[in-house]
Amino acid sequence: MSGFGNAFSSSIGKKFIMGITGLFLILFLIVHCFINALIFINDGGLTFNIGAHFMATNWLIRAGEVVLFIGLLVHIFQALRLTLQNQKARPVKYAVNDGKANSKWYSRSMGLLGTLLLIFLVVHLKDFWVVSRFTGIPTVDANGHEDLYAVMREKFQDPVRVAVYILAMFSLCYHLLHGFASAFQTLGWNHSKYNGIIKGLGVWYSIIISILFAAMPIAVYAGLIN
Amino acid sequence: MSTGNMNLTLKVWRQKNNNTKGALVDYKLSGISPDMSFLEMFDVLNEDLINKGEEPVVFDHDCREGICGMCSMFINGRPHGPKDLVTTCQLHMRSFNDGDTIVVEPWRAAAFPVVKDLTVDRSAFDRVIAAGGFISVNTGNAQDANNLPIPKMQADAAFEAAACIGCGACVATCKNASAMLFVSAKISQLALLPQGQPERYRRVQSMVAQMDAEGFGNCTNTGACEAECPKGISLENIARMNRDFATSKFISEETV
Ligand code: HEM
Ligand code: SF4
Ligand code: FES
Repeated sequence: MSGFGNAFSSSIGKKFIMGITGLFLILFLIVHCFINALIFINDGGLTFNIGAHFMATNWLIRAGEVVLFIGLLVHIFQALRLTLQNQKARPVKYAVNDGKANSKWYSRSMGLLGTLLLIFLVVHLKDFWVVSRFTGIPTVDANGHEDLYAVMREKFQDPVRVAVYILAMFSLCYHLLHGFASAFQTLGWNHSKYNGIIKGLGVWYSIIISILFAAMPIAVYAGLIN
Repeated sequence: MSTGNMNLTLKVWRQKNNNTKGALVDYKLSGISPDMSFLEMFDVLNEDLINKGEEPVVFDHDCREGICGMCSMFINGRPHGPKDLVTTCQLHMRSFNDGDTIVVEPWRAAAFPVVKDLTVDRSAFDRVIAAGGFISVNTGNAQDANNLPIPKMQADAAFEAAACIGCGACVATCKNASAMLFVSAKISQLALLPQGQPERYRRVQSMVAQMDAEGFGNCTNTGACEAECPKGISLENIARMNRDFATSKFISEETV
């Protein structure tokens, strides 16, 4: 890319990519959470299945799905690259390092939290995405839509899976408690009049989205939804 | 030197040079005054060692009043020890308790190789500055200062950034050994003033490139640097640097 020099290969440029893909994933999660929350209507999944059908067939959404996967892969790839480089920047570790004296544990554990998320994502994609896109959803609902809702109810009868999902939402919450505001700082969007709003929004977003997502398997497993 | 009543166990990093491996070595000290500075306590230790015919501990220091930035010691897991907003020379033994064990290590970063014991080579910082941390001024008379009005807020922010003493505590404490706080302070002190404008976007590109070439890590925005900086340099400077970097790469037509 002549003219842009090392815009994206420099340390700051790499973080720009991290921040942009991170914010993009944050936006995606809003859509994802909204559609999934349709199960709480508790109408036997009819509304939820309409949403799922739309997501599976709308060409714009399908194109978005490609962008989403690219964004996610770039985020993961860049995270790996940054983490390896950062480890190389301190070849000899401290015998004593009092990290908690100056920073939050989750800000120092983004790689670990991200890795937990990645493991979860593999399980999660296998559970739902592979089924709805490739292996096929076995039944249809009263509207004649593929009954993804039934698939979900069946998956969440398994307590181990429910536990994995809940644990993953803890990871997501902490990943974003740091990541949300961090992305703004990375992109240079630091402004005394807005910093409080960004920080507050980040905390609320992280907590609400994680609780909503975690509530889904819990509600199904506990039989609150049928 | 006043004698006191503190007994301490020190675990000090001893390393002959950058080609040999180092290790923590235990030393017992007694009669330390709580009024001594941390460096004076090390003077007592070194006197002891010299009297015993052993090699004294090599450590960096110069002004001993918190302005030169030389006194790099990683004390019990924190740069410059347990107090905020002080350098090692400004740290007093009354911040510790009688009977304490104190672990003292050098700054640890690939870009700061150990010279000997607690002394590291921070010339990477000098090279980052040399890459652009200056303004080019033609000779001649200085113009009237009133020709260069600077808003008070701007002047204050530049002054605060200029308080950086180049100690390297930010690098030492960062989990990634990133130099972003230091480099952003050196960029901001000029970017905020009219004199710094002509070279503003060249400067940020050159200095960031040099920072990367020196092998410092990348920033995760943990905020540890800001918390440990003896001069209270703010993370805002990092955001400003990132913003200037984006402008220099995507908006300015000058690529360095
Ligand atoms: C839906 C999932 C995810 C979302 C919404 C998300 C969001 C974010 C955000 C907003 C940031 C902050 C970027 C910045 O500081 O500029 C971030 C950083 C990070 N993410 Fe993620 N992320 C997700 C998944 C992952 C995964 C799967 C991994 C790893 C395999 C990962 C690893 C990291 C790491 C290591 C960082 C810190 C980078 C650094 O500052 O050095 N993330 N993420
Ligand atoms: S920014 Fe603070 S910690 Fe870093 S070198 Fe400057 S004075 Fe030291
Ligand atoms: S010796 Fe100069 S700042 Fe400590």
